[in-house]
Amino acid sequence: MPQADDPHTARVGDTLPPFVRKTGFHNWNRYAAVNYEFVPIHMDDDAGRAAGYPSAFGMGNLQWAYLHNLLRGWLGDTGRITRLSVQFRAANVKGQTVAARGEVTAVRDEPEGRVLELKVWTEADHGQTLAPGRASVLIDPRP
Amino acid sequence: MSKSYVSEAMREAVGRRLRLQVSYPVSESDIRKWALAVYYPRAPPQEFIDPDYARGRRWGGIVAPQEFNPFNWVCACSEGIEPPAQADAPDRTEIMLGIEPPHLHFQLNGGLETEYGEPMRPGDVITSISRLAGYYEREGRLGRMLFTLTEDIWTNQRGEFVKRTLSTGIRY
Repeated sequence: MPQADDPHTARVGDTLPPFVRKTGFHNWNRYAAVNYEFVPIHMDDDAGRAAGYPSAFGMGNLQWAYLHNLLRGWLGDTGRITRLSVQFRAANVKGQTVAARGEVTAVRDEPEGRVLELKVWTEADHGQTLAPGRASVLIDPRP
Repeated sequence: MSKSYVSEAMREAVGRRLRLQVSYPVSESDIRKWALAVYYPRAPPQEFIDPDYARGRRWGGIVAPQEFNPFNWVCACSEGIEPPAQADAPDRTEIMLGIEPPHLHFQLNGGLETEYGEPMRPGDVITSISRLAGYYEREGRLGRMLFTLTEDIWTNQRGEFVKRTLSTGIRY
């Protein structure tokens, strides 16, 4: 699939430059500190195992932030996120490299600007989908 | 089929307000720390850090990342029953409603659905009103699971719409 460099000219099927981070306690502890999310399953391997997972695992809210980072990084000053939804389907366990990705699924012109619909998701190593979702962004008219 | 986790009291509570919260004014420092955490280990975009740089960008100044939470740690005002301090306490919702909870052991974040309006800027005071939007149940890998839907609407000090979030909590 072609990568869409400019949101103004994006077409259906274009993909976004991914947002990628290796994840573990360094990321999760920082996020816990700013979101007051000091939850044992995100801080303690024993608590993660007790909940049915192989280790402690990352916050869904941080996956959520990574999807925003993906869209913001691509949009720059050309527009804004108007809607975003996600389902947390699999745990982001320690040591995984997580990539937030997106693909344009629809383009339409509205009075306030061009609306792009996107399929977005986070995935771990080997392409395992962690959190699939949908986004709408509004592209400002060119000055 | 095992017994439903959703009691009559829980069913009757759907639509009720959980909590009203008012934030302290959003600060540039809060926004910087948030951006540093969600972009770690790389540096966040300068528009979240440097007010001079942000002045020349789309929003004409620093705005918070859309997913920023101004209610963390402490808020200026809260109405409603205080939830347990632990964020993933499984009985949190029913405790806030003052009804008997289903006493499950674990709670996970199942998903989020958000519509965005005005951005949050330094100095903004955000009001959140959350409601119980519904319950449903499904069989999952870890047995019967209870899904709880919560709606949260945020407005700023001018009464402008900031965002509406429908969140899904999963308990088992």
